[in-house]
Amino acid sequence: MYQFSGRLKTFSLALIILGFVGLAYSFYNGSQKTLEDAKHAIEAANSDAHGAGHGEAATPHAAEAGHDSHALKTDKEAHASEDKDTSHGDVHASSEAHGTSHDDEHATHVLHQLQNRPWSAFYVALFFSLGLTLLVLTFYAIQRVAQVGWSVVILRVMEAITANLLPVSIIMIIVLAASVMHINHLFPWMAEGVFDPESDKYDAIIDGKSIWMNATGFMLRSIAYLVIWNVYRFLIRKGSIKEDTANDGNKTYKKNYNMSVVFLFLFMITESMMSWDWIMGLDPHWFSTLFGWYVMATLLVSALTVIAFVTIYLRSKNALPGINDSHIHDLAKFMFGFSVFWTYLWFAQFMLIWYADIPEETTYFVARFTEYKLPFLGMVVMNFVFPILLLINSDFKSRPWFVFIGGAVILMGHYVDVFVMVMPSTVGAQWSFGIPELSAIFFFIGLFIYTTFSAFAKANPIAKGNPFLKESEHFHYYNIEHTGEGSGDHH
Amino acid sequence: MESSKVIHAFYTDDEMLLDAVKTVKAAHHHIEEVFCPFPVHGLDKAMGLAPTRLAITAFLYGITGLGFAIWMTNYMMIDNWPQDIGGKPSFSWAENMPAFVPIMFELTVFFAAHLMVITFYMRSRIWPFKDAENPDPRTTDDHFLMEIPVHNNEAELTSLLSETGAVEINVVDKH
Repeated sequence: MYQFSGRLKTFSLALIILGFVGLAYSFYNGSQKTLEDAKHAIEAANSDAHGAGHGEAATPHAAEAGHDSHALKTDKEAHASEDKDTSHGDVHASSEAHGTSHDDEHATHVLHQLQNRPWSAFYVALFFSLGLTLLVLTFYAIQRVAQVGWSVVILRVMEAITANLLPVSIIMIIVLAASVMHINHLFPWMAEGVFDPESDKYDAIIDGKSIWMNATGFMLRSIAYLVIWNVYRFLIRKGSIKEDTANDGNKTYKKNYNMSVVFLFLFMITESMMSWDWIMGLDPHWFSTLFGWYVMATLLVSALTVIAFVTIYLRSKNALPGINDSHIHDLAKFMFGFSVFWTYLWFAQFMLIWYADIPEETTYFVARFTEYKLPFLGMVVMNFVFPILLLINSDFKSRPWFVFIGGAVILMGHYVDVFVMVMPSTVGAQWSFGIPELSAIFFFIGLFIYTTFSAFAKANPIAKGNPFLKESEHFHYYNIEHTGEGSGDHH
Repeated sequence: MESSKVIHAFYTDDEMLLDAVKTVKAAHHHIEEVFCPFPVHGLDKAMGLAPTRLAITAFLYGITGLGFAIWMTNYMMIDNWPQDIGGKPSFSWAENMPAFVPIMFELTVFFAAHLMVITFYMRSRIWPFKDAENPDPRTTDDHFLMEIPVHNNEAELTSLLSETGAVEINVVDKH
């Protein structure tokens, strides 16, 4: 039986506390922001733009400048493609007029962005943590449905990671409820007057989607997704532990199989809908039909990396009997394969929008290519080029250090991916990476370590009732040598 | 000639064959060749064959395909007959690059796959109208055949092989 060591527990609690303190500071700081701060931010941005003679520095505001005749004229030739973006999906900007009311409204808009920053920083880390835990649960369900042999010795590792699902789900509900109650301004469609034809903030496009985009439906759906996932997690964990001692001719095993089939079916539906509600809803004018898949690819590759990390750690503590290099090799193959899969979806989404060049679709990429160029393009290097070069070699895939380095870059890259999905819509040009973002990451890493390892310590580290356990223990990918074994042990 | 004599040992199971190969290698006999109806994982390692370099050629062929695709798209779409791609008349290869990615991908795969197969055939000395090299047609059905050259040790080899579970052992003159 594995013992959750005191040192690791202290470390995780320290991370949680550190993150919590940092978050408290960031939220306080965000709530103290005033219109003055917003005007300063605008001034700073404007002086940059004019100082550079309408060069590259002017582009960060191209989206908003579309409503500003002065900027439109001067930037027209140089940034023709950005300026096509006249129907920019921004509720605050859509009703802007010229003159003083414009300045004030613009300042309010920027103020909202400044106030959004701690919320967004928290939301990015929260969504990433929730999503990758969910995908670990899904990957686990796939193992059960496919009746996979190789992975049986690490089933308990996956199960332990899914213990993180409940706390992050609760936090998610709280954050979404806060959005609906106008405590934060993450979702532009939740603003007052968007659905009211009398209001000057009325938005006909969003009103057209009101069947889907309404606070009641949003909250009910969100709760439904989270309940479905958590109920499956609760039942399968119970069923899995029962399997250890059941000895009932695989009756429990088959029951767990059936449950997982149902879950996978529901997951496919809820995952897509979750990505529309929680991420695409941040840009309510914009839509992409493969967004659900794209979000899933991001979360799946992160989930596999996290499984590999926890497995490597537990193996180094001799807490996983029966594990060998081939299991690590397989996890690394999945990391490699799904990195390519992610790139395929990322590029497919980009290329179709780039090719068609329809303003209502390109807004998403215009915002990311102007204000977020470095993280947006940097993550392609981190999520595609780096894993390809590092993990393409068969020998490297079973070396813990290579898997760790590759995995660390993959995890950071996919955090940046979620960051770039969320931030441009919520904080716009007011983004940076500092205390709010780091604190949120610390908080969720701490929570993850605490829940995962305390859950792992509560059950037998090997699912010994699984009928495929023998197959997993003897698993040997023919093409590699296991460390500490001669070639004579080959089978 | 004594040295052209070989032993053909037949097996009906791949696991048994793998164990037999290990036993024969452990007794320090040279295995000339093993004929199988399907690829047996780990056989090359058990026989002590050097790792294949086919993967390296595949990489080089892939790079060639990528280079060819870049040249081809540039020649067709930019140089020879400049085209307005997706309403973006930049007439620059770099700015239209996203449109060429599928072509670059496909040609990379095409070159790597086809040239790798051709290399494999050449390296294995297989070409159209060539006579089959396998000594017994049963190796294309359900039998595995291990071929060991005999150097005045026929009796010793025969007894060793019959212990490993061979279903049939023949001594033949190789031409």
